[in-house]
Amino acid sequence: MSTDTDIKIEIRDLTMAYGSFVVMRDINAKIKRGEVFVIMGGSGCGKSTLLRHMIGLKQPAKGDVYYDGVPFWQSSDEARQERLRRFGVLFQSGALWSSMTLTENIALPLGEYTDLSAGDIADITRLKLALVGLKGFEDYYPAEISGGMCKRAGLARAMALDPEILFFDEPSAGLDPISSRNLDELILQLRDTLGATFVVVTHELASIFTIADNSVFLDPNTRTMRANGSPREMLKHSSDPAVQEFLTRGEKSAPAAAAKPV
Amino acid sequence: MPVSATPTKAELTVRRTADGLLLVGLAGDWGAQPEKPGLGAVEKELAGGGITALAFDTAGLGRWDSGLVALLFKCLGLCDQKGVKVRTETLPEGLTKLIGLAVAVPEKKGAARSEEQPPFLQRVGTSGLAVWEGGAGMLRFMGENVLAFLKMLRGKAQFRWVDTFMVMQECGPQALGIVALINFLIGLILAFVGATQLAIFGASIYTADLVGIATVREMGCIMTGIILCGRTGAAFAAQLGTMKVNQEIEAFQTFGISPIEFLVLPRMLALILMMPLLCVFADVIAIGGGFLVSSLMLNVSPLLYLNRTIEAINLSGFLLGIIKGAYFGVVIALTGCLRGMQCGTNAAAVGQATTSAVVTGITTIIASDGLFAVICSALHI
Repeated sequence: MSTDTDIKIEIRDLTMAYGSFVVMRDINAKIKRGEVFVIMGGSGCGKSTLLRHMIGLKQPAKGDVYYDGVPFWQSSDEARQERLRRFGVLFQSGALWSSMTLTENIALPLGEYTDLSAGDIADITRLKLALVGLKGFEDYYPAEISGGMCKRAGLARAMALDPEILFFDEPSAGLDPISSRNLDELILQLRDTLGATFVVVTHELASIFTIADNSVFLDPNTRTMRANGSPREMLKHSSDPAVQEFLTRGEKSAPAAAAKPV
Repeated sequence: MPVSATPTKAELTVRRTADGLLLVGLAGDWGAQPEKPGLGAVEKELAGGGITALAFDTAGLGRWDSGLVALLFKCLGLCDQKGVKVRTETLPEGLTKLIGLAVAVPEKKGAARSEEQPPFLQRVGTSGLAVWEGGAGMLRFMGENVLAFLKMLRGKAQFRWVDTFMVMQECGPQALGIVALINFLIGLILAFVGATQLAIFGASIYTADLVGIATVREMGCIMTGIILCGRTGAAFAAQLGTMKVNQEIEAFQTFGISPIEFLVLPRMLALILMMPLLCVFADVIAIGGGFLVSSLMLNVSPLLYLNRTIEAINLSGFLLGIIKGAYFGVVIALTGCLRGMQCGTNAAAVGQATTSAVVTGITTIIASDGLFAVICSALHI
């Protein structure tokens, strides 16, 4: 069964705050190697903020994130930079570098961090774009392709360095249901083939039940996590009304808001 | 809801019945009408006390819109405060549903912004801290740039020369037109103003000295600096600000690529290299402007003018202008990039970043030029 060496990421007593305003406190979670871990919760509850803490964009007020047992924020700058190179991040809107073509976007990290020749880099770039279904768009600028394509190109860039952990911020936001489903399948395929660990921020229920092995549910009212584990198990066994309401779109509890006594 | 052809007047009546029930009658058309009754009557009755419940009589209610819903919503709030129960069963179905939606999610405590202003001392303290933080941020940014520059000298910086060349093209050759126009006009104006005054003493020929020295030491680099600040500094702030909004800067950070090295360094290098060249160009054009005015309109012999100009300008004055130009290049790149990197994450913030970049840049250029003048006068340069 699970031993400590299986734990890829551990969030320990993490408190997130903007100045004196506490967003979430005391978040604890363990994520195993090769798992798809979903951060879920209602809009504006701090899901993306938690992700930003994990990828080094925002320093925690308290606690730390451990990767392979090594604390991230307590490490030196160099160690943190070194760790960052083993991450891939897909931002909400793709965040492709707008002054570069898709090829250049993907080639840049490869050029910076590998000793590959220009020809090898071009080959890898073409492969990564083909993997996300963007063959033929190599020389397009991000502004010339659609939002969904930007997102897929962002995924190709996130995968450029064959990362150990891939972070996705709302991958299905702004995608049609079919593209969204394709993306879910792509995530599962990548997990199976690359053996990478995934951290996904989403509130898309269909997606959550398809991809998640493990999850954390953040609740803005209590400003902490309400549940931790597989969403399917949560749906079956959780007695927490907030978790149940979220996972069932509020359809099981309180029949209709309008019928509430006023 | 019955629809009548001609709208009737909206009416709100209140009637107290037995056991503390307040019956609110709603009648007439509550659609888009200018005059609608308010909640005054209900408030008065509630203030009177002795009411435990409130119900509606909507028998004569015609059309209604959000105005009525808003009124009922306010009424519910009032009743809630007084602890009066409200019966909404008799309202039309659509109204009940909308009201239900409005009250479904309770108000988030502490979310509403309070209007009251903090005390005077607190505001002074907050602004003081903001100034301090702004200064510290600027120093930190400058320090990071120095480190990045040193790293580049050691050949370790993460940046691409191709970016530098692109920025050079954008801020150098493409700015030639505007730099030429403005400096030509400046030379022309200097010549006109100078010649008129000098003619009083019969010293029109010294117009050449005036234009030459003023241009080479001061006007050439200042005007070029101001033009580039408005043109290129603003562009830097807008570019980096938009990249910030679009999370592109964060994307660099998550790849472990320093945005300072990758984005700021090429821009700074480009300006340091291009500004001195533009200054030389500006000097030549401005002197040309003065030459044209003097020889065509002020009857000064062209050859004499050129000779005077060559005699008037010395190497130290010329180099001073060029060095100041390079320094202004650093100022423009730093302020533009700093404001861009500090940009918030919305469209308005990009506008503010651009404005602030230009204001900071021009102020710094003029202020430090004053400082240069004092130092040069002390050193007799």
